[in-house]
Amino acid sequence: MYDILIVGGGVIGCSIARNLSKYEKKIIVLEKEADVCEGTSCANSAIVHSGYDPLPGTLKAKLNVEGNKMFDKLCDELDVEFMRIGSITLANNEEEVEELNKLMERAKENGVEVKLLSQEELREIEPNVTSQALKGLLAPTAGIINPFELTIASMENAMDNGVELALNQEVKSIERKDNKFIVHTQNKVYETKMIINASGVYADIVNEMVNEHSFDIIPRRGEYSILDHFSMDYVKHTLFNVPSAKGKGVLFSPTTHFNYLIGPSADFVDERDDVSTSIKGLSEIKNQVLRLVDDPQYPQQIRTFSGLRAYSDNNDFIIEETSPSFINVAGIQSPGLASSPAIAKMVEDMIKDKKLKESWNPRRRKAVKLSRMSLEEKNELVKKDKSFGHIVCRCEKVSEGEIVDVIRRNCGATTVKGVKKRIRPGMGKCQGGFCQEEVVRILARELNKDPMDILYSTSESHLFVKDLNKEEN
Amino acid sequence: MKEYELVVIGGGSAGLAAALSAYDNGLRSILIIEKEDYLGGILLQCIHNGFGLQTFKKELTGPQYASLFIDKLKERPEIEVKTSTFVMSISLNKEICYSSSVEGYNVIKAKAIVTSTGCGERSAGAISLPGDRPSGVLTAGLAQKYLNIDGYLVGKKVFILGSGDIGLIMARRMTLEGAKVLGVAELMPYSNGLNRNIVQCLNDYDIPLYLSHTVKQVVGKKGHVEKIIIAQVDSSMKYIEGSEKEFECDTLLLSVGLLPNNPLLVPLGVKMNPKTRGPLVDESLQTSIDGIFACGNSLHVHDLVDFVSLEGYKAGRNAAKYVLSGLDASSYINIENKTCVNYVLPNKVNVNNIEDITISFRVSRPFKTSQINVYQGETLIKKIRKPYMLPAEMETITISKDLLINKENISLEVVDA
Amino acid sequence: MHSLICIVCPRGCHLEVDDNNNVTGNFCPRGKVYALNEITHPTRTITSTISVEGGKINRVPCVTSSPIPKENIFDVMDVIHKTKVTAPITNGQVLISNILNLGVDIIASRSIERK
Repeated sequence: MYDILIVGGGVIGCSIARNLSKYEKKIIVLEKEADVCEGTSCANSAIVHSGYDPLPGTLKAKLNVEGNKMFDKLCDELDVEFMRIGSITLANNEEEVEELNKLMERAKENGVEVKLLSQEELREIEPNVTSQALKGLLAPTAGIINPFELTIASMENAMDNGVELALNQEVKSIERKDNKFIVHTQNKVYETKMIINASGVYADIVNEMVNEHSFDIIPRRGEYSILDHFSMDYVKHTLFNVPSAKGKGVLFSPTTHFNYLIGPSADFVDERDDVSTSIKGLSEIKNQVLRLVDDPQYPQQIRTFSGLRAYSDNNDFIIEETSPSFINVAGIQSPGLASSPAIAKMVEDMIKDKKLKESWNPRRRKAVKLSRMSLEEKNELVKKDKSFGHIVCRCEKVSEGEIVDVIRRNCGATTVKGVKKRIRPGMGKCQGGFCQEEVVRILARELNKDPMDILYSTSESHLFVKDLNKEEN
Repeated sequence: MKEYELVVIGGGSAGLAAALSAYDNGLRSILIIEKEDYLGGILLQCIHNGFGLQTFKKELTGPQYASLFIDKLKERPEIEVKTSTFVMSISLNKEICYSSSVEGYNVIKAKAIVTSTGCGERSAGAISLPGDRPSGVLTAGLAQKYLNIDGYLVGKKVFILGSGDIGLIMARRMTLEGAKVLGVAELMPYSNGLNRNIVQCLNDYDIPLYLSHTVKQVVGKKGHVEKIIIAQVDSSMKYIEGSEKEFECDTLLLSVGLLPNNPLLVPLGVKMNPKTRGPLVDESLQTSIDGIFACGNSLHVHDLVDFVSLEGYKAGRNAAKYVLSGLDASSYINIENKTCVNYVLPNKVNVNNIEDITISFRVSRPFKTSQINVYQGETLIKKIRKPYMLPAEMETITISKDLLINKENISLEVVDA
Repeated sequence: MHSLICIVCPRGCHLEVDDNNNVTGNFCPRGKVYALNEITHPTRTITSTISVEGGKINRVPCVTSSPIPKENIFDVMDVIHKTKVTAPITNGQVLISNILNLGVDIIASRSIERK
């Protein structure tokens, strides 16, 4: 019997698990996919918004602003890539300048620092910004983050502190019985005293396994392009246009690895697993990004992808104990990532009768990343383990030792995509064309599996149909 | 810090030839750095025949072609080789930082550098392939590596997007291994592969080629490709409504172009050619940085390895000259591409260094009978007629130095004859 | 009248053979030989890989010592599939001799060292 069962291993579920791992509670996270961070957390803008934009008085405004302030400490503890690079919202005509002025007021109400930039100031700090831009609103507290790393590090740290993770467990039904819940997945049964529903685009379905209908989640797809890291400073801030009714619109932003991200589109879709890209969506963002930069550098594109936002019909976060011992954490669309630490804190505060553990380690073991080491430090590492001298991923310069490290950790990688999310082979220009073969070999060796059984991501995503070396004579 | 006269980065067909010719032109302190465990580069996975016809008048397989060069290297034991070694970065003063599990991270210095780092395949992401992103969608070269090096077959019902040579070769290769290849779709109205490969890889096995077709949707919600939908495109590359065809398949191979791989040159600020995606070079294959030379598929993508080797020889010869006596850099004439010429190489020539100017180029559309016109300034200085030219096939033209009339730019155009 | 594309070299000449076996369109003499062969008994060089035991690499690339009749391609592949060889292997070594009595050997096209 668990004290708390969390449905969903996205950034919200994993952050909550990590916060609750402080307490003397028996906790498990159920994730339907083969890894954590496979849904919305895996495919979003990777932005820690400053919080000037949500309507004052909403949960979104409150938690975004609170959450933003928590990232420095959080990312230090979890050793997660995070850079407070600031965002600039552009106004390209007089109407938009008016809107910017209104946004400044809203920023004041939300308690977020902003500064209006003249055209000259704007071009001074961002020379590649569109020549149409008349003014810009700088929000210096906005940041960029590695969302895979945040989610995975949160779960790793939660597991270091005793939380259990069950992968490939899709919740099919929940019975409330006496003072407990009986949770049925496709092949297992879990008993728990409390449920936290952090199941993203499936949150309304999980809610209705226990409660009356009270909200709908409508998946809203966002498509993106990623550019190779062709320049360290093509654009230094996250660039937005003045937001519209459809959301914050298309952004152009550096990532924590100096790739550039263009997107998202915003289209409601019927299926909760429809993360396909479309010609329409990608050409839409291609047009819109011209309102941010004159030359978006599309020849540098290395990847397109799409993700689903868990849009709720009441258009705010739903964080409440909907029925006794069943907490919904739903409708966490943008600024969900920026709000995630504050959401986790809010849920933590909702849990009664909790006792702190005597020892709780808020820090995970530091990530091993050669890219941030000096030559001497690298050679120290190679002395201990020579696999750190062997480069597997030539685009992102990742060594075998680093790949082995992310496989062997708590919440370690078990799939090709799992390795890619954690330490980047496959994220570069070749998209795995050069390195995937060796990543498969390393995974097979470390997990003691036949390469035939190594998966790309899901249980059906095998890589090979036949091993010619095992052909019958 | 250890110093070499020449460091060759990349031990494939271009790098091997560069090292050999640098040696034969007088250098004795030469190092080849190769990322993989073996020399030979991509030739090792190209087990099919057809290599070396120009150079050796023999039909060799990729590994056979490579071994001829590796054998020549063994006859010159002074040439040092580091395999399983990856170059992390190079600097403007030609310091080279490399790493290997044996040596760790180390820095050496070179008087000259030849980069021969090859090319990579355009990925699904680079071409905005629409639809799902399941496993089973992979580049033809990766499928080739899995099959020919490791012995893993990636699928049994295969569709191929793009008629590049690797895709055609893999169509035959997978057929021989028992897979059913359902078809090849090519966006352009003509094939991007060599004619002989259309015949012996597709026609021999009754594999249909859909010209002016591309993939409109990849379907694979559960994580593996289940189906693809192709559609015909019109002359402006827009889908033609109602032309869709569905193929149930477990694999979509991509053979949609190769891109030169220059991760070491770009951060140095080497001037690049946006058409080839390789560096701009002069007739000695020297980049915009003194003493750094480029050759092979990292300079521009070739369709025949014989030409890669020739280019490697040239880079090695000039690197040797640079180290031993220096290269004259006083009198450059620019070379430009004009109508129907996609790119030219080299991009400038120093007339003091050469007897003849050999210009490599590609046409931007197929020609049945054509005339190649060479201008200097506005004056036509040479014209030749040529049957059959295809964008897939690199052409060369040689201009005798006597034909030059002044210091104005040379330009190349191709017109229907 | 047959129209063919020559596969002897990458030039890919467009060949025509008339009813009296006159070949036109060939750039070199090899094209003529190819064309006449192709319309009477077409042959192909076949390349594949063979399973290696005890080698540093699990597959050795191989090639037919001369072209084989087109109709025998899949039978030859069946034999190749069922063959296992042991390292070390030297480039040029005969791996299968006189395959299917075609008078053609399957030879290694790469050396493989012992593990």
